[in-house]
Amino acid sequence: MFVNLKILRYNPEKDKRPHWDTHKVECEPGDRVLDLLNHVKWYVDPTLTYRRSCAHGVCGSDAMLISGRNRLACKILVRDLTKDGGTITVEPIRGLRVERDLLVDMEPFFESYRAVLPFFINDEAPPAGERLQSPEDRERFDQGTKCILCAACTTSCPIFWVNGRYLGPAAIVQAHRFIFDSRDHGTERRLNILNQNTGVWRCRTAYNCTEACPREIPVTQLIEEVKRAVMYQQV
Amino acid sequence: MHHRYDVLVVGAGGSGLMSALYASKNKNVSVAVLSKLYPTRSHTGAAQGGVGAALGNVSEDHWEWHMFDTVKGGDYLTDQDAAEVFAKDVIDAVYELEHMGLPFSRLPDGKIAQRKFGGHTKEFGKAPVERACYAVDRTGHMILQTLYQQSVKSGVTFFNEYQVLDLIIEDDALGEKVCRGVVALEISTGEIHTFHAKSVVLAAGGYGRAFKVTSNALSLTGDLMSIYYRKGLPLEDLEFYQFHPTGIAKLGILITEGARGEGGILRNDSGERFMERYAPTIKDLAPRDMVSRAIYMELREGRGAGKDKDYLLLDLTHLPREIVEGRLPDITDFARTYLGVDPVKQPVPIQPTAHYAMGGIPTSIDGEALADGNGNLVRGLYAAGEVACVSLHGANRLGTNSLGDLIVFGKRAGIAAAKYAEGAHFEELPARPDAFAKGEIERLKSGTGTENAARIRKELQETMMDNVSIFRTDETMSRQVEVLKELQARYKNVSVHDTTARYNTELTEALEVGYLLDVAEAMTASALNRKESRGAHAREDYPDRDDESWLKHTMAYRDLSRPGNVLIGYKPVVLGRFEPKPRVY
Repeated sequence: MFVNLKILRYNPEKDKRPHWDTHKVECEPGDRVLDLLNHVKWYVDPTLTYRRSCAHGVCGSDAMLISGRNRLACKILVRDLTKDGGTITVEPIRGLRVERDLLVDMEPFFESYRAVLPFFINDEAPPAGERLQSPEDRERFDQGTKCILCAACTTSCPIFWVNGRYLGPAAIVQAHRFIFDSRDHGTERRLNILNQNTGVWRCRTAYNCTEACPREIPVTQLIEEVKRAVMYQQV
Repeated sequence: MHHRYDVLVVGAGGSGLMSALYASKNKNVSVAVLSKLYPTRSHTGAAQGGVGAALGNVSEDHWEWHMFDTVKGGDYLTDQDAAEVFAKDVIDAVYELEHMGLPFSRLPDGKIAQRKFGGHTKEFGKAPVERACYAVDRTGHMILQTLYQQSVKSGVTFFNEYQVLDLIIEDDALGEKVCRGVVALEISTGEIHTFHAKSVVLAAGGYGRAFKVTSNALSLTGDLMSIYYRKGLPLEDLEFYQFHPTGIAKLGILITEGARGEGGILRNDSGERFMERYAPTIKDLAPRDMVSRAIYMELREGRGAGKDKDYLLLDLTHLPREIVEGRLPDITDFARTYLGVDPVKQPVPIQPTAHYAMGGIPTSIDGEALADGNGNLVRGLYAAGEVACVSLHGANRLGTNSLGDLIVFGKRAGIAAAKYAEGAHFEELPARPDAFAKGEIERLKSGTGTENAARIRKELQETMMDNVSIFRTDETMSRQVEVLKELQARYKNVSVHDTTARYNTELTEALEVGYLLDVAEAMTASALNRKESRGAHAREDYPDRDDESWLKHTMAYRDLSRPGNVLIGYKPVVLGRFEPKPRVY
C-alpha cells in the first residue's frame, strides 16, 4: 500500500518559516510511523531530522503530533491512522521551541521535571535489607512509574501552551510517584512546590494529557489526587 | 570548546549513571557525564524481566549457587574472580537500589518480589530458583529512572546529546598508554568539544544494530568499542554475541524471559513443547544460547508457524489473566500493539533477536581497561556494562545478569576511576587533540562520493544476520569477511548531503555506520578464528566445545598497518571454584 506522509519541515539555518513536505511512501499496514520517517530519511531526503532510539515505545524520544494527536512515532501503526492512499501528517509537539523539523528543545520540559524534587527522599539510615512495603502500598503509585518523560502529555495541554511556566502534567506525575510512595519523606516539600501558581491549580481538567499518554497513565486522575493532597495537606 | 573534569563518564545508562553516582561520592574530584541521548532514553530502560540476586526472598538461595549458574551459563569461559565478586556484591547492590527508592514489586510480607529466569537454579543445577528481583516487567526502566533521579538529586553535571568522535590515548615517557580525554560532537550545534580528563569511564553499551533483527535501540552502534579498536587496542570475546530467543517476530522487540519464568511455554507449529527434547530438566528455562539454537533447529526442520514457517510461538494462554496482565503488562501491550495479538488468548509469534554482546573492551574486575592480554592497562581508562568485557558472562549471559553487571561493575568502575583521578594530575594533551575528529567530519561533509550510509548499513545488517548469527561455519564467515571488506571500501565513498551544523543527524548516523562496520569486522574475525562451539558461538563445522585448545579469551586487534586484517591474541580464563564440566540442563 501507499500513504502520503506529510511532514512539517523547518530548518532555522535555511528556512524563514515552516513548510509542508509530502512524500508518497510504500508501506505495510503494520508499519510504524517511525518506519516511514526512517524510510524517507535513509533513502529519500537525509536532511529530515527527528529524535528516535528504542523504536518500541519505552524510551520516549519520538513523541510527535501525528495526524492531529500527540503520540510516539514508534508506537502508532499505519493501519491505526489511515488506509491505502490516505494521508498521515507529522508535526513537532507543541509548546516547546522547534530546533529543527520534528525535533524540539526539551530543556524547559526537564527544568519542570527537576523542579518537583523527582527523587526519593528519606534521610533515615536504611536497614540491612530492603525497606518493607506492602503490595498495596506499592500499587498506590504504580501508574506514575510508567512515565517515560516523552512530553506527549505536557505538550498536549492547552494551559501549558499559553503559560510555559506551568510545570505541566509530566512533572506532576513525577511528583505523584513520590508523594504516594509510603517510603518517601519529601511529601510536604513537594506539595508546597505544587501549591504555587505554577503548580497543580493551573490544571483545568481538559483530559488532553490522559488522551495523549502513550503509556496509558491516567494523568488527569493523578493530577486530581495531587490537588486533593495539596488541599488537605495529607496523602 | 574545551572542558576539564577529573572524571568523565561516557554513557548515561545503568552503568554510566552508577559510575557517576559513586565517583561523585568522592568529594575530591569533579565528575561529568556525556551522553549521546538524554539519559532517560538509554537502552537500560528497555530491560524488562529482572535483576538476579540471591536474596532468598521466595525460596532458599546462596551467592555460591548464583556464581555457579553464571559460570556454567557462560560455558566455563566466565572469569571466576569476576563471577564471585558479582554474585556477592549484587545482593547489596540490589538493596542499595531499593534504598534509592527503586519501586520493586513486592511479596505479601513486604520484601522484594523474585521470580524464575533462564539458567538460574538451586543446589548447583537441580531445579529453577526464584532469583530475579523485578519491578513488574519494567525493571530496567525503574533502574534507569531511579539512577537518573539520584543523579538529579546529587547535582551530577550532564552533557546531553553529545556524540563521541575520539578517545585521546597517548603513550607516556615509559611507553605506557594513558587516556587523557575525549573528543565529542555537540549534536545540537555541530561544535566539536575536547574534554580533558584524568580518568574516563566508558559505559556506552552494545552494538545490536549490526544485525537486521535486534532488540536493540537504533542508537546502539558500538561507537566506543570501535573507537578503542581503531587505536590498535583489543576487543575481547566478540564472537560471543547473544541472540535472545523471544523477539517479536520480524520486529525483534524483546519479550522478556520473565514470560517463561512466569510459566510461558514455547511451542512449534504442531503445538509441541519442543524444549523438552533439548533441555529435559529445565525445559523452557534453559539458558538463552540453548533455547535460541533449539528454535533455529525447529525452524530449519520445517516446524515453524505461519505461511512462511519462519516463526515459533510463545504460549501464555494457560496462565491466569492476572498473571499475564499484572506481572507482564508491557509485553502484553507490545504484542497487542505491534502484532494485534492478545497474549491472554493467543500465542505470540516470536523469533530469536540479536540482543547482547558478551564481549567488548577488556577490563579488570575494577573496570580498568586492558591494553593487551598480558595485564597491561590503558592508564586512566575504565569501562563497564555492555561496552566492557570483565568476562562475567563468558560465552553466554544469563538473563538478569546484565542489570546486575551494570550496578556491580558500574559502581566499581566509578569508585576506581575517582580514586585514580584523586591521585593523578592532568596529563598534557597533544597539540591538536581534535584533529582526527575534525578530519573525519570534514571528509564526510565535503566528500564527493556517491555512497549512501544507510544502504551500507542495511547490507551490513542483512549479511551479518545471514552469516554470523546463531549458527556459523567457515564458509559463511569467510564470505562475511569479504562482504565487510567491500562495505568498508564503499564506506570511504560515503558523503553527507546535509551541510548544516545544528542537529545534523545525517552526519551522526553516517559516523555510526563507520563504527558498526569496524566492530563487525572484529567480531567476524574473532568468530572465524575460534574453531569450537561454546555458548553463543555455535559452529556447525566444529560442533563440540574443546577446552584443551579453546578455554581462553580472544583478543582481537586491528592491524593498523594492513587495513582489513585482524590480529588475534589470547588471554587465559580465570578458573577457580568450579571445574569445567559438560554443560547439560
